[in-house]
Amino acid sequence: MATKVHMEALSPTMEEGRLVKWTKHEGDPVKSGDTLAEVETDKAVMELVARADGQLLKVLVPEGTTVPVGNIVAWIGKPGEKVDGAEPAAPARAGNEKRETGNVASQPAPVSKPAPAAAPQPAPTRQAPPAAPADATRVKASPLARRIATESGVDLKLVTGSGPGGRVVKRDVEGAPGREATIAHTAATTFPVSRVPSPARTGAPYQDVPLTQIRKTIAKRLAASIGPIPHFFLTTEIDMERAAEAREALNKQLGEEGGKISFNDIIIKAVALALAQHRACNAWFQEDHIRYWNEVHIGMAVAIEDGLITPVIRNADQKSLREIGTESRELAGRARNRRLKPEEYTGATFSVSNLGMFDIDQFTAVINPPEAGIVAIGSIVAKAVPDGDRVTVRRRLRLTMSCDHRVIDGATGAAFLKTLKQMLENPLAMLL
Amino acid sequence: MASFDVIILGGGPAGYICAIRSAQLGLSTAVVEQDKLGGVCVNIGCIPTKALLHSAYIASLLKESKDFGVEASGVKTDYGVAMKRSRRVSDQNSKGVEFLMKKHKITVIKGTGVVQPGKKVKVGSDVHDAKKAVVIATGSRVKGIPQIGLEINKTTVISSDEALLLERVPDSLAIIGAGAVGMEFADIFQAFGVKITIIEALPRILPIEDAESSDVLAKSYRKRGIDVIAGAKVTKAAVGKDKVTLDLEAGGGGEKKQVTAAAVLMAAGRAVNTENIGLKECGIQLTERGFIKVDKNLQTTAPGYYAIGDVAGPPMLAHKGFREGAVVAEIIAGQKPHPIKYDNVPSVTYCHPEVASIGLTEDQCKEKKLDYVAGKFPFSANGRARGTGETEGFVKILRDKRYGEILGAHIVGAHASEMIHELAVARENEYTVEEIDLAIHAHPTMSEAIGEAALDSLGRVLHI
Repeated sequence: MATKVHMEALSPTMEEGRLVKWTKHEGDPVKSGDTLAEVETDKAVMELVARADGQLLKVLVPEGTTVPVGNIVAWIGKPGEKVDGAEPAAPARAGNEKRETGNVASQPAPVSKPAPAAAPQPAPTRQAPPAAPADATRVKASPLARRIATESGVDLKLVTGSGPGGRVVKRDVEGAPGREATIAHTAATTFPVSRVPSPARTGAPYQDVPLTQIRKTIAKRLAASIGPIPHFFLTTEIDMERAAEAREALNKQLGEEGGKISFNDIIIKAVALALAQHRACNAWFQEDHIRYWNEVHIGMAVAIEDGLITPVIRNADQKSLREIGTESRELAGRARNRRLKPEEYTGATFSVSNLGMFDIDQFTAVINPPEAGIVAIGSIVAKAVPDGDRVTVRRRLRLTMSCDHRVIDGATGAAFLKTLKQMLENPLAMLL
Repeated sequence: MASFDVIILGGGPAGYICAIRSAQLGLSTAVVEQDKLGGVCVNIGCIPTKALLHSAYIASLLKESKDFGVEASGVKTDYGVAMKRSRRVSDQNSKGVEFLMKKHKITVIKGTGVVQPGKKVKVGSDVHDAKKAVVIATGSRVKGIPQIGLEINKTTVISSDEALLLERVPDSLAIIGAGAVGMEFADIFQAFGVKITIIEALPRILPIEDAESSDVLAKSYRKRGIDVIAGAKVTKAAVGKDKVTLDLEAGGGGEKKQVTAAAVLMAAGRAVNTENIGLKECGIQLTERGFIKVDKNLQTTAPGYYAIGDVAGPPMLAHKGFREGAVVAEIIAGQKPHPIKYDNVPSVTYCHPEVASIGLTEDQCKEKKLDYVAGKFPFSANGRARGTGETEGFVKILRDKRYGEILGAHIVGAHASEMIHELAVARENEYTVEEIDLAIHAHPTMSEAIGEAALDSLGRVLHI
């Protein structure tokens, strides 16, 4: 009789696993202990091992599929043995139901008894999910404490249990001071550089990439830190001397035709171009996936009488400075008169907020969900800066990017800012 | 004068368990008891009433036995016989406690103990010395309401103490107080042919239970011919030689009513035994409500003096006293026992149908503004209950919406007292409703209703 291979709980908090890769294929002989597949848990990629000898008869779950713990992913048995094809692979993710393995007595179980005359094979292993491999990191915790920890992003490993035998109970996780410690712990861990989706320009306006397990965990944990969006901030100082020169020259040229280029227009253009190169920052967080936009739509924060609105300059990376200038002035004007249509202030993929005209040196802006980032622009100020072995006066700008850590990691944001800085410091680069 | 590590005042549930646990931990222990070992519980409380309730159950079973194909004719009830049997049961239990004292080499000192400064206990003319601790476990007693003329006179105005020793039942009985005691005696005496009126001052009977439990019991009692009056205060009582007349007034100066009965049973409130035992002299203070003031470790305001059981505060339940007795013994022996979870003490009323609960009621969940879901399963949909004809009641589980915590559980029905412990274990171990469901419940059993109520709280009930 064939043996089921279940998705095992490979970490204490694992509820589902993504089958990354089958290392054995249908027809391959397997021995107990052999690695069958690589499974991505909420923490890491782990190995799923065989718990029976024989042949890998059937693989029920294709690579890339996420499967709840306990579900059957494959069958091991004797060559040629028939397996119950009726067993659904069930990559279901139904919330409440996820603990059910879905094979209740819906059919009259004709195969439940092994025929008495069966070959005297060693007794087949039990059909129940085999015990997960012993895990030295197992944390003793009550089911309720586990539930609370999972939902509020507390790492049970960092909590001291006060229950019988050091078991973690509700009161230990409820006021868990471990919460900040958890965040710090997570942040200190170095993740591999974000897997930016292939920059293929397929013509589709965007591409949805399912959240990886580690992304999900980051999303859950960081979201529990400071409100729904876990912000972090990156500040850089940019030399605007050349941009200012370019602006003066352009405006001189445009003098007769009317319409002027503002610093804001230059920044919007540069941000849009930099985003086109850094799609990892041009994205929406969508709870169970991240939407990486192939198009760049820049939201431009405009202060209005009793609040703030963000009209959108669509495809800003493809527009000329003049077009951006005209459009932004027109949109801002209508925003102040409350004459914007809904489609004109929704759908931005990234935003720019500028308080430079209010003499603000530098500030942090709040992300406009579901966007993953926003840059806050301070005043352009003349500053004494070292230039070789002397000091010169240059116009400088302090710019701060707010990032949604569920989407953008520190290095990702920094790389984007580096490009943005280069473009602003060398406006000719925008022509490339 | 003798010297012990621990001297315990009172041999009731809290006291005798404290003694046994102390002895287990190697402490030399003495228990001072003025009456029989086992206290109110064993002698005039929990144990004899359960014996009488079973007599009542048999009587009502025989009344309905014809439907089951068993005809019993000439069935007579005799309370005197039932009472004597209940006495034998009590005596057996009290002897059992005596045996346990001997087995653990605990000295039992007969007499009334008075605590003295310097961890001393005076019994008669002897003064005994406690090297480690004195534990006060003097318990509680019934009380009347003398303010309205209802002082216990042991003939027409009685307490449970007298009710348990009656040779013959009165024709009619008014019971004041519809808590566990009142409800159980109503059940007992009704089965023995007494016309019962049960009066509760609070708006519903079994006021500490979930409102739905109260409703089911009120309905069940009325169906059996018990007059249930809730939300009514006794304003005046005229106690005659062979009858008592009570003036009742519904809450807020409403409807007035008069009830006359051959006797009145006072089942409202108990007084703790804190008088004349030397508390003041030792610096042991009381709370505003008259209980002995204790800290987290059940130590009184005088170091080295502990209080456990009824005197240490509500709930006044034997099993709460048991646990306090064991925990205090461990503290005295220098251990660090797990703190008692006072919010996880089951509450049980052994009337028919039984009422058992643990944790919060639905009203309490609402007061605390908790986000909860009530999962409910009626015994009328349970196969076992149908088979035995015990379809009254339900299981209700209050589930915290976010984490699935079992906030409270309420069972009304046959054997509710036995079934509540599944939920006590679940709550103690912080299982969520899902673990309740994952545990396979044998079929057919009344306990299946617990699994179904858990499922119902998840919106997946199977049998309704």
